[in-house]
Amino acid sequence: MTTIILYAIGEAVRRKVFLVVIVLTAIFLGLDALANHYIFSDLATFHVPADAAVDKRTFAGSFVVGMSMFATLFLGVVLAVFLTLGAVSGDAERGLLQPLVVRPIGRRSMLLARFLAAAGVCAVYVFLVYIIAVTITGTEGSWWPHAIVLPGILLAAAVVLMTAMSLLGSVFLGGTANGIAIFMLFIAGLVAGLLGSIGHALGSHTISHAATIAAWVLPFEALYQDALKQITLGTHGFTEFLVRLGPFGGAYNSGWGVRAWAAAYLVIVGVTALTAFERRDL
Amino acid sequence: MAAALAAQRLAKRYGRIQALHGIDLEVGEGELVGLLGPNGAGKSTLVKIACGLVRPTAGKAWIYGAPAGSAKARSALGYLAEFFRFPGWMTANELLVLHQQLAGSDGGAEERARLLELVALTDARDRPVEEMSKGMQQRLGIAQAFVGTPKMVLLDEPTSALDPVGRRTVRLLLEEVRARGVSVLLNSHLLSEVELVCDRVVILLGGKVVAEGATHELAHPRGVEIETEKGAQLFPGAKRDDAPRLVAELVAAGRQVYGVRVLSSTLEEVYLEAVHGETD
Repeated sequence: MTTIILYAIGEAVRRKVFLVVIVLTAIFLGLDALANHYIFSDLATFHVPADAAVDKRTFAGSFVVGMSMFATLFLGVVLAVFLTLGAVSGDAERGLLQPLVVRPIGRRSMLLARFLAAAGVCAVYVFLVYIIAVTITGTEGSWWPHAIVLPGILLAAAVVLMTAMSLLGSVFLGGTANGIAIFMLFIAGLVAGLLGSIGHALGSHTISHAATIAAWVLPFEALYQDALKQITLGTHGFTEFLVRLGPFGGAYNSGWGVRAWAAAYLVIVGVTALTAFERRDL
Repeated sequence: MAAALAAQRLAKRYGRIQALHGIDLEVGEGELVGLLGPNGAGKSTLVKIACGLVRPTAGKAWIYGAPAGSAKARSALGYLAEFFRFPGWMTANELLVLHQQLAGSDGGAEERARLLELVALTDARDRPVEEMSKGMQQRLGIAQAFVGTPKMVLLDEPTSALDPVGRRTVRLLLEEVRARGVSVLLNSHLLSEVELVCDRVVILLGGKVVAEGATHELAHPRGVEIETEKGAQLFPGAKRDDAPRLVAELVAAGRQVYGVRVLSSTLEEVYLEAVHGETD
């Protein structure tokens, strides 16, 4: 299995995938640093009504960290999808897979190795980018999230789930179709999250309920919300209300129930992918 | 002793298309069997079932007694697909290292060097696949199939992209591996090549075996040709056993005999007769 993990990572390195990712991430983090600099520089000039008890620094800090978390999730999902979208059908259509799966390693180990390689790379990437973004906000604006490590882990877990879904899709769909399907699911999850924020702000139980169902159907979204919630857990009062309005701070699904379901979901997706791959003609 | 490859009532259906209709087939240990047939006859499906890439709809196949597709069967196999591709960024040597690791081969650099030499790619050892010609990639594919000294090799159109020199290289390689007792199932459209190297041929048509046997067994006698001072004289219907009598009669009649040739149908004629001239 190690051979296939190294093969998958080696392919990404030699295909210059990581080089592109590093360059784009550096640009993103540079822009993030710039945004932090100007937001916190201008914070003193930002006036709030005297009767509104708003912690400007917390509001600005949570908003900008939430925004960088969204960007980090997006970059992580892009990386996950591009590492896995053609892992089965795509590689089989191109004739890359057959010489490998006839070896004694077998299909299950092959798919598991591809998952571990992609999920490992994406999880480490997302966690590191998140930590760097939080550090930028912390040093620039002297604001640190309520929890620092846990949101990074939850964000990484969300990308791991998307990696598994992309691999499952690759068993049934060709590369392009799978890529489109996964990105549409990703966008659907995020839109559901935004709708949830709107629903809570408007007091609409129906919208909130629909958004909660969507978050549980696509638990990567629930994990993302959980991560967002962790950064402002210590916030109260009117500041909390403002932060919850979103779009980068609004989160209503969190806790161990969501995390346990996400873990179960990962197992279900994984078992389905392995079973389907085992039965597939190549 | 279990056969290298045994298939029993093997059937495969792809949707509405019945690719194989209950095929029985056996490849003995150390035997080199040619699989012939027009496009769509089921040759590649049969090979894919044997190496576990395709699941049969009915029937079973075994590799050295182990169910086809099982880890034990796969560990005894080498395989070259009809349509394959290797990662373009890998060099020939890296590709063989990968397959050595996957096959659990401990042959190391020595095995890689030997295989690259066998397919005349020694000079291309460190060349990335994407910089190789199609013929070179095909030869690399053949080398890959022999990684780990498999007991049986399944080759699906191994010479389709090769020039005459490349084909000869593969032919010599096949003869060498047969001498080492490796069983080979060779799926090829090139009848001359099959005729030259195979111990036995199996001809498929519409998913069924329509002819099977050694090439000389399948061939029909076409007469005896005797060369005399008056030129070549054909005796249609005469067989090999008739040749001494015919020569004696000609000599008794005062003719000078310079040569005798027993004629039989070629594999191409046998093939065309078996498939009724079908192409797909």
